[in-house]
Amino acid sequence: MTLNVSIRHQFSGFNLDIAFSAGSGVTALFGRSGAGKSTIAQAISGAFAPTEGHIALNEEVLFSSEQRVNRPAHRRGIGYVFQQDLLFPHFSVQGNLEYAQRYGRSQTGTTNLSEILDILGIDHLFHRRPAGLSGGERQRVAIARALLSNPSLLVMDEPLSALDDPRKAEILPYIERLRDHSQVPILYISHSVSEIARLADQVVAIDNGRVIKTGSATDVFADPNIVPQLGLQSAGALLTATIEKHEDDGLSKLQSASGPIYLPRLDAEIGQSVRVRVLAQDVMLSTVQPENISALNVIQGRVSAIKLGRGPGAIVSIESAGNTILARVTRRSVQALNLEIGSSCFAIIKSVSVAPNQIGRG
Amino acid sequence: MLYFGEQELAAILLSLKIAIWATFLSLPFAVWVAFLLVRRRFWGREVLNALVHLPLILPPVVTGYLLLMFFGRAGFAGQILNDYFGITIAFQWTGAVLAAAIMAFPLVVRSVRLSIEQINPDLEHAALTLGARPIAVFFTITLPMALPGFVVGAILGFAKALGEFGATITFVGNIPNQTQTIPSAIYGFLQMPGKDQGALTLVFVSIFISVTALLLSEWLARRVQKRVHGQ
Repeated sequence: MTLNVSIRHQFSGFNLDIAFSAGSGVTALFGRSGAGKSTIAQAISGAFAPTEGHIALNEEVLFSSEQRVNRPAHRRGIGYVFQQDLLFPHFSVQGNLEYAQRYGRSQTGTTNLSEILDILGIDHLFHRRPAGLSGGERQRVAIARALLSNPSLLVMDEPLSALDDPRKAEILPYIERLRDHSQVPILYISHSVSEIARLADQVVAIDNGRVIKTGSATDVFADPNIVPQLGLQSAGALLTATIEKHEDDGLSKLQSASGPIYLPRLDAEIGQSVRVRVLAQDVMLSTVQPENISALNVIQGRVSAIKLGRGPGAIVSIESAGNTILARVTRRSVQALNLEIGSSCFAIIKSVSVAPNQIGRG
Repeated sequence: MLYFGEQELAAILLSLKIAIWATFLSLPFAVWVAFLLVRRRFWGREVLNALVHLPLILPPVVTGYLLLMFFGRAGFAGQILNDYFGITIAFQWTGAVLAAAIMAFPLVVRSVRLSIEQINPDLEHAALTLGARPIAVFFTITLPMALPGFVVGAILGFAKALGEFGATITFVGNIPNQTQTIPSAIYGFLQMPGKDQGALTLVFVSIFISVTALLLSEWLARRVQKRVHGQ
């Protein structure tokens, strides 16, 4: 599956001019509020026609200002999950799901009801009315409903932004399962770095109506130049690892290409691949092998980039056996340690600094 | 005391018949026009809006006179109806239906419109993205969700049609047993000495029907609201 988008649109002092492609898996459209993400999602789903541009899904032209094509929303085959759940209040959960089956495109065998209910954990809600469900449950039903229309692409526009943190934490694993078990490619739109770090295979970063960076999630998050857009507090590279052992003292031992990593007990099976977002501000650097310290994780690598900030800070990028770690330190430390590109270096990460919501299934 | 003579009964039955027909006649158009006014942006939308409200603002007797000019024997539409279909509506009960439907129309449009305005347009877009065509979305999402306004509009329209006087008497006259409705019968009785009892009877009947309709609409609207929004 390939989605090709190239649109220009002007509205009240804002100029949107973006082009990107999305393949299978989860492609995240990332940017701050007001960056133009939702406008892009709406143009793709057919809610409005941009001034100029071209949108094609699997060689099918959905919109083209040049060819004067603007396929109506109901014939685009694009499932859309909104910021707020938009379940039809006059139908039960079952009625909502049947609506999608009835009007959606004929089944090609990829989606079936019981599988979707199972992935999203909503089979017990089948006979309830939307008004009686919690926010998280409603959003899961809304996702199931979109899937049951058998779309070629699922667009999720800030699906968690209206939920509180516990509800977000409740629903994220379901979206991960969806990514891993469903064939439907997902365009995931969000301003939340943590959601994207957990879910995205590919990232398209948008700022002020322009694409500023595209690439795999690992590459984008490892790029020190994107730190200002992510926000200093949220910046941090993704570390890929496999769970090796749950130990007796409440820690889980993970194996990565850069060596073992110890984290507080993870709720995942042994052998499960995970990716851990290590926040740059939680990483400490040392030029010698540290001894007698409480931090359990020490990763050896080489400095691959140093980006000095305008203030007192700097972002140092450490390359270690194919993994990248970003560290946010002071310029003074960069000078004191004499850090240069190619310097050998140890990154120190406290186990307890990694919160459970920073760990996603790989 | 109340007195139900032949003329009184005929007026009551005719009024009910006219009001029911007028309600059914104006409802589908009102729903369609309300939908257009809320959901579509088109050239002439403001003109349509003004046109819809015209019967509410014009003196009813003017509306009746315009109807007479247009649908009377010599009128443009009246001639066509007469020549091609053999139908005459001026001074017939069917004409009273038309007059009442037109007079009730703005009220019905207003209440349907209010309830369509309360529907989140994203719900309709969600239905579209699931593959439903716009017409299917209208019948499966917009209309069922607007049902409370639909019910209230229907009953308001019914009550308005029942009480319509000015346009009706101008367009179809006040012929006992043929075009004489409750209001025109009351008016007629008051012009004649010794008919006060009949007038009073019809006044009480009017009050009874109107209050019943009002209570019924409240009750129905609450039930429908509950069913639509599931709370």
